Amino acid sequence: MKRFFDRLILIDRRVIFLFISLSVIVPLLVKVELPLEVTPEVRRVYELVESLPDGSRILIPCEYAPDVMAEMEPMLYAILRQCYRKNLKVIVTALYPTGVNLIEKELRYMADQMGKKYAEDYVYLGYRPYPAAVILSMGQDFRQSFAVDFYGTPLDSLPMMKGVKNYKDVGLVLTVNATGGTEYWIIYGRERYNFPLAIGVTAVMGADYYNYLKTGQIVGIIPGLKGAAEYEKLIDQPGEAVRGMNIQSIVHLLIVIFVLVGNVGFFLSGQYKKKK
Amino acid sequence: MRRQLPLAITFITAFTLAVQYFIPHRTFEILYEVSQVWLQIVGAFAMVLGIVSLWQLHWGKARGRKPGWGYSIVTLVCLTAMIVFGFTGPTKLGEVGPGEWIGPFNWSYDNVLSPLSATMFALLAYFIASAAYRAFRARTALATILLLSAVIVMLGRVPLGDVISFGLFSKVANWLLYVPNVAAKRAIVIGVGLGVAAMSLKVMLGIERSYMGGE
Amino acid sequence: MPISTDIGVWVAVFFTLCIFSFLYKDNPFYKFAEHVAVGVSAGYWFVVLMKETLEPAVFLPLKQGRWNLVPGPFGIFLLILPVLIGLLLFFRFSKKYNYIARIPIALIYGIGAGPTLVQYLQNSVIRQIQPTMVKISFASWDSFSEVLIAVGVVCGLTYFFFSKEHRGTIGAVAKVGIWTLMIGFGATFGFTVMARVSLLIGRFVFLMRDWLGVIS
Repeated sequence: MKRFFDRLILIDRRVIFLFISLSVIVPLLVKVELPLEVTPEVRRVYELVESLPDGSRILIPCEYAPDVMAEMEPMLYAILRQCYRKNLKVIVTALYPTGVNLIEKELRYMADQMGKKYAEDYVYLGYRPYPAAVILSMGQDFRQSFAVDFYGTPLDSLPMMKGVKNYKDVGLVLTVNATGGTEYWIIYGRERYNFPLAIGVTAVMGADYYNYLKTGQIVGIIPGLKGAAEYEKLIDQPGEAVRGMNIQSIVHLLIVIFVLVGNVGFFLSGQYKKKK
Repeated sequence: MRRQLPLAITFITAFTLAVQYFIPHRTFEILYEVSQVWLQIVGAFAMVLGIVSLWQLHWGKARGRKPGWGYSIVTLVCLTAMIVFGFTGPTKLGEVGPGEWIGPFNWSYDNVLSPLSATMFALLAYFIASAAYRAFRARTALATILLLSAVIVMLGRVPLGDVISFGLFSKVANWLLYVPNVAAKRAIVIGVGLGVAAMSLKVMLGIERSYMGGE
Repeated sequence: MPISTDIGVWVAVFFTLCIFSFLYKDNPFYKFAEHVAVGVSAGYWFVVLMKETLEPAVFLPLKQGRWNLVPGPFGIFLLILPVLIGLLLFFRFSKKYNYIARIPIALIYGIGAGPTLVQYLQNSVIRQIQPTMVKISFASWDSFSEVLIAVGVVCGLTYFFFSKEHRGTIGAVAKVGIWTLMIGFGATFGFTVMARVSLLIGRFVFLMRDWLGVIS
């Protein structure tokens, strides 16, 4: 029996890798559907976007690169769908260099899907370095950092940007962010220029921002794929995130089982006493 | 002069930009606006410098036939190719006409850079699972708290957790996130905030001068 | 859906599998892919910097004759000045004059340090202390939670305070602090697992949908 418990703490890492792979592949092939609850922090973002008057402007700073695309893309798509359904005018920046082309691709894809036109329904301003400096300068005038849009057109020549000077002219700033720039949006942006701010972040960053929710510095959080799945549910268009969450359930359960197995082995094999 | 001038520049700019918050005058507003644009422009050159340094590092390795020099050539070729693609073809989808090929720059971004970076981060899922199995042992009270908190959040944030616990895991996970997690993160944010402010003050006063190099 | 015939997808699959091969052990395919990633991303970065920063912010205005950054008497802050200062950075490669590169670095640090000092104290430290100053009340679950947060913050900060030895009352308070921090770290770990698994799902969706076509 002791040998069995000894084995429990000596499972080869490649066996773990195999199980993790299978726990993703099998649920992908066999459709799994589980109920999904919407958390208040995500609902708040949805309701705030919903409360904006039709035709008003929303600023969506997107700061992420292809490395976290699987988490952020479904989130951005769900947000854009809601905005376009409400005929909101979307202004997008990309303050992270390796994400510039990815965000352009995603914006064009969603505009095609929803039948939206560039410069009338959405504008892409592109990239400028030093997010803190860009955020601060945009508070004075968007043109200070972005005299021209991503395609080199002066902002005043874009119909949608007429009369838009700074944060005062947008109803909400909703950053979809996988970088430390999220904190800059809170500290340099929201706190200095006092605009309503919501954030969509990777799950890694998620736990760090509940604090800002409590202080009222942000109005809501969409954390990771789970947040994106909840948002898809709210807009009643389940997609990649909802599918991902079902698979995620299985993988999480598997990891917890591995942790339990490790601990059972640790205590029953006598390792615990040795370590003591 | 070699040391005093940079220190003076840092002090004057930092001090001016710090006090402008308390002087509501147009002159200071403009100084502030100008400084932010300057930072972006000078900063862009700093980033170019970083890329030149990367080139020098790999060029040196390749020229000196140092261990792994073949891989350095791979890096140099890819770097050069991407720059050539960027300056000879379209770099934005908006520059490509309907039905036209997106060009080598966009193609490399989609089919080389994107899958490479996405897979590198995805790889961590395996290692984090393996590390959890090996390191998460309830050997002390502190380790047990950490383990329990992680397990509850992991199960409480996925639909299956709710199914197997009749909603209990998500309730406990939410409480953990909104109460003790907020307390922990707030203590960290206050600590970090004080640290950042102290470091800024040290930079402004010239106490912290490591950015000037070893001399 | 049949297997993909798009050459781009096959290239992406090749690089994906090169990286995944590291799960078995470090190997030349992984190393090759790693170095391709460094080269391509550095090249990409360079192009983005040139085309998305220096071109619209510097080259284009200068070409159009817009030399002043701000109109009026502040026009002395010519656009060319930050360009010249930025170029000084390249003195870093000179053995004799490398100290000149300190000027732009000093400017970057100065512009960064000034606003950071005020913003972090005001918007990070003070803004976080304010909501911690709560009225002690156990009237409802919410107010009890607020008190718990306040206690957790004080204990957590005590744990970070190293100027006094963690013994006696301070030690007990610091102990509660480290418990609170551990719960926070546990939550972060749970979220991190979630994030990495999401990314892994993304790669498998790519392999099974875009390449093999076995899922929709």
